Amino acid sequence: MRAQFVLSEIFIGLRRNLTMTVAVVVSAAVALGMLGVALLMLFQTSHMKDYWYNKVEVSVFMCTKDDATLHPATCANGQASQNQMNSLQSDLTANPLVQQVFPESQADAYARYQQQSAGSTSGTSMAQYVTPDQIPASLRVKLKNPSTENIDAMISSYQGQQGVETVSDQRTILQPLFKLFNGLTVSATTVAVVMVGLALMLIVNTVRLSAFSRRRETGIMRLVGASNFYIRLPFLMEGAVAGLGGVAVATLGVASFKFFLIDRVLAPNFTFTSFIGWDKVLVTVLILIPVGLLMAVGASALSLRKYLKV
Amino acid sequence: MIRFDKVTKTYPTQNRPALQNISLEIERGEFVFVIGSSGSGKSTFMRLILREERPSAGRVHVAGKDLAKLSNWKIPQLRRQIGTVFQDFRLLPNKTVEQNVAFALEVIGKSRPTIGKAVPEVLDLVGLGGKGGRFPNELSGGEQQRVAIARAFVNRPMVLIADEPTGNLDPETSVGIMKLLDRINRAGTTVVMVTHDQAIVNQMRKRVLELDSGNLVRDQSRGVYGYVR
Repeated sequence: MRAQFVLSEIFIGLRRNLTMTVAVVVSAAVALGMLGVALLMLFQTSHMKDYWYNKVEVSVFMCTKDDATLHPATCANGQASQNQMNSLQSDLTANPLVQQVFPESQADAYARYQQQSAGSTSGTSMAQYVTPDQIPASLRVKLKNPSTENIDAMISSYQGQQGVETVSDQRTILQPLFKLFNGLTVSATTVAVVMVGLALMLIVNTVRLSAFSRRRETGIMRLVGASNFYIRLPFLMEGAVAGLGGVAVATLGVASFKFFLIDRVLAPNFTFTSFIGWDKVLVTVLILIPVGLLMAVGASALSLRKYLKV
Repeated sequence: MIRFDKVTKTYPTQNRPALQNISLEIERGEFVFVIGSSGSGKSTFMRLILREERPSAGRVHVAGKDLAKLSNWKIPQLRRQIGTVFQDFRLLPNKTVEQNVAFALEVIGKSRPTIGKAVPEVLDLVGLGGKGGRFPNELSGGEQQRVAIARAFVNRPMVLIADEPTGNLDPETSVGIMKLLDRINRAGTTVVMVTHDQAIVNQMRKRVLELDSGNLVRDQSRGVYGYVR
């Protein structure tokens, strides 16, 4: 196999159809970029769902020592006692609406907070100053039927009890974010599907043009007994190079999505949850590379079967 | 070298077979003319040898191989043993003479030293020594056909198929090309040449196969064109 010969054939081919090559790279980039964004959103959603979201609907936060001044009505004594937490837990367990109660101590909550902050850029600096006694212990409650009325009933009956700082509806806190991410996932996937179709058609056409403009060469190659692989390789590599070009541009897109939207816009505004880190961007790109290559080489192979008789 | 066993070829869109029940044998080192009017089946005959078409019935053997049993990925191996020359030369206009000939070796993966040695040799053989740097459009028709023959012969095939190689050339130039093909034949290569050129056939006195409407109507050694309407 003469590498130099094959390489020169590839670049001659790409240059000859420069406008088509650009079109392929751009459409592949948009397709893969959208796919990347959808993947990032899926990672983010599962990242957020990981901990409590799937388990609980209502969280009862106990008082910490700082709440003596912040919430004097129910936390006059500062730090809630273990007795208060135990009695509240048995009360919740007996409640007919409740399916299960997960107690979380201050130490556990601190550990989880540190873990969540580790992945996010905005949380890191704050996490250094937070101490375990500043984080509230809590009782996480899973309801038998998590309807809005039931959640409201839970909040009104436990909000205001002694030792309870606040009762929150976990779903309403995260709901806007989940809606945003789901919306982004769906729209990015839709655009990705359309663009993948477009990119495939463009690649098929580009290879077809390329095969046509080189039919003299391929005709002679056939006659002198070049192997099918050797005849097809330059075309497949052309597709692969264009596909990789698309991956490169898509990587820029995905990275700027993480940098501008997640880090600059979302993370500062939704500080109570953590966001995916650059490791997930890397995973996304590592997924995009084979997808892009497969798409380009597959479409080229398909096109060659049809337009290049060997 | 080439054997046809009761070969019939019918194209799907046509009722009349392009070739009908053809049986013949061409020995190693023979020089054979194939003559016949347009549509008589000459092209089909060539395409069957190159395995560009498969026979509808019967067997074709080339270089000891039954082409019906040849799997698709082995076709290139077959074609490396057959050189092909056409009426319209089919040179690559953006490559020099040397590059055109080298191309045939590059695409079958020959090494650079092999190519560097074989190309000047074959250019000398066809009488184009010193013209390796020219482009096809700087050459006369006869010279272009010599380049095409050099390209077909550079891999030293066992069979050379020439499809009206003198069809675009004047009689004098044609004589030169025929001398070259004769030289190649004398060196041991089987030559099968399709032609309409009566003068050449009559002068060379080689074996003549005549096709008419898909039938082999004449197989004559040391034959003449003898084709009077």
